[in-house]
Amino acid sequence: MSARAHIPVALEAVEAKGWIGAHRFLLLRRASQLFFLLLFLLGPWFGIWIVEGTLAGSRTLGVLPLTDPFILSQSLIAGHWPELTALIGGLIVLVSYALIGGRVYCSWVCPINPVTDAANWLHRRLDLPKGWQPKRGTRLWILATVLIVSGLTGVIAWEVINPITMLHRGLIFGMGFVWAMIAAIFVFDLFVARHGWCGHLCPVGAFYGLIGAKSLLRVSAANRVACDDCMDCYAVCPENQVISPALKGKPGTTPLILSPDCTNCGRCIDVCAVDVFHFTHRFDDHVVTPSDPATAPEPRTARLI
Amino acid sequence: MSLAGTPLSPQRRRFLQDTARVAGGCVVAGSLLAYLARSARALPAEALRPPGALPEEAFLTACIRCGLCVRDCPYDTLKLAELGAGSGATGTPYFTARDVPCEMCDDIPCVAACPTGALDPGLDKIDDAKMGVAVLVDQENCLNYLGLRCDVCYRVCPVIDEAITLEPSHNTRSGHHAIFAPTVHADRCTGCGMCEKSCVLPEAAIKVLPARLARGSSATHYRKGWEEKAAKGGPLVEDVIDLPDRLPGPGTDNLAAPGGYEPGYNLPGLGQ
Repeated sequence: MSARAHIPVALEAVEAKGWIGAHRFLLLRRASQLFFLLLFLLGPWFGIWIVEGTLAGSRTLGVLPLTDPFILSQSLIAGHWPELTALIGGLIVLVSYALIGGRVYCSWVCPINPVTDAANWLHRRLDLPKGWQPKRGTRLWILATVLIVSGLTGVIAWEVINPITMLHRGLIFGMGFVWAMIAAIFVFDLFVARHGWCGHLCPVGAFYGLIGAKSLLRVSAANRVACDDCMDCYAVCPENQVISPALKGKPGTTPLILSPDCTNCGRCIDVCAVDVFHFTHRFDDHVVTPSDPATAPEPRTARLI
Repeated sequence: MSLAGTPLSPQRRRFLQDTARVAGGCVVAGSLLAYLARSARALPAEALRPPGALPEEAFLTACIRCGLCVRDCPYDTLKLAELGAGSGATGTPYFTARDVPCEMCDDIPCVAACPTGALDPGLDKIDDAKMGVAVLVDQENCLNYLGLRCDVCYRVCPVIDEAITLEPSHNTRSGHHAIFAPTVHADRCTGCGMCEKSCVLPEAAIKVLPARLARGSSATHYRKGWEEKAAKGGPLVEDVIDLPDRLPGPGTDNLAAPGGYEPGYNLPGLGQ
């Protein structure tokens, strides 16, 4: 344990870009999460009705319907053909996330994300072992199981335990015992499994990942020649299996992070002191070529303390 | 590709093991989820669904628990069930008649708000709603049954004289008063809960129950003789001697009311 070298993540990025610069997307993401939560809370708290309902289904400014396509899919499989309003709402959400990346929902909107991020922050601070790490594909199996159970029982199965909608509804309509479920997820991610819930189990994330498998908005490691192997991006990425194919790809391979698991959170862009990553679209496979060998970065070992 | 010929690769073994493990885990998790999903169907008797709600099983297939019906309810009647609060599947809408009854809005805003049709948009007249059925559960404490003229449940009923009527009968305790029994007619009762809310007793003597608890059902093979007779326009069995019926009235041996009285209604077969 103690033999491991502990360099605080993003130290170099903070030096190079300043604290704000090295936390730009994290701050934007928190702002976005707060923004979407506030949109829903303005009504019940202050009587300003912009968005009514919950993440499961909502109505914006009295006209725009939005429906969670995952809940709608379960309803369809369970045997109910919804009214047009819900179908249109589901389609709007589906198309939007198909364009900007399905798991943008996970990192920019989902209210459970701050909970698991907080658990992960503490997990790192306490230097805990990563614990139980089921395969990343486990969530796809759970997704399939949820759909099958919906079909067999005729009940929208995941809504029986879905912590996302429960927390969201809890904040808007009243908590009940939802806090216990949130605490359970926090403890699970803290002690049992690093990135356990969002990264391995949650079928909602898996569903949105599938939606956005061909999404336009992507992170590209275009400047991968500048990479000095500091490993900070791997340390902050909640789905760090997505990085290597883009960052360590051989010349000629795409620098785009194309895995549907990527949540487009942008933390890798933040913590990279040499600006390897940037947001772009999926057809931009431009790679920076080392024009001047003199600017090639120092080997990483030279800077280890 | 014969199994006997080629040595089994470790990758293949590992793949099979992993698949078996994940599949097993999914069966366990799925069974647990199915158990939870099925047990979520139990809706407590005092939790009533909004107007137009599909039957409970279909409702849980259709309701996405968004809360828009709650938002559009102008009287704050509807609530969303909270986790562990024992008021039905978490996040589904319900109301408790004794707290806030349904005011039966003409435009039924809750049904209009529902994006999925869990509240059936086919319900266009609120008088046709079937949220439950009022039942006078406690005749021993009901003031009207004690011979007083409380009448509150009858008077607040939005479908007065159809869903609740007052049925007069002789008050045998005093011997010379009437009992006006509040009587619910299930085919007209919407289950709005106004009567339960307004019952003056500390615990309501009239309560709205889900139809499954409130109602019996007639066996399909039963025939009512008097209806059949009227339909046929004559006796059902030919050549049966019709003996004179003994009815309560003056000059009979009616023990309940010696001397008898003339009933205010026509008994079937009277006057034959």
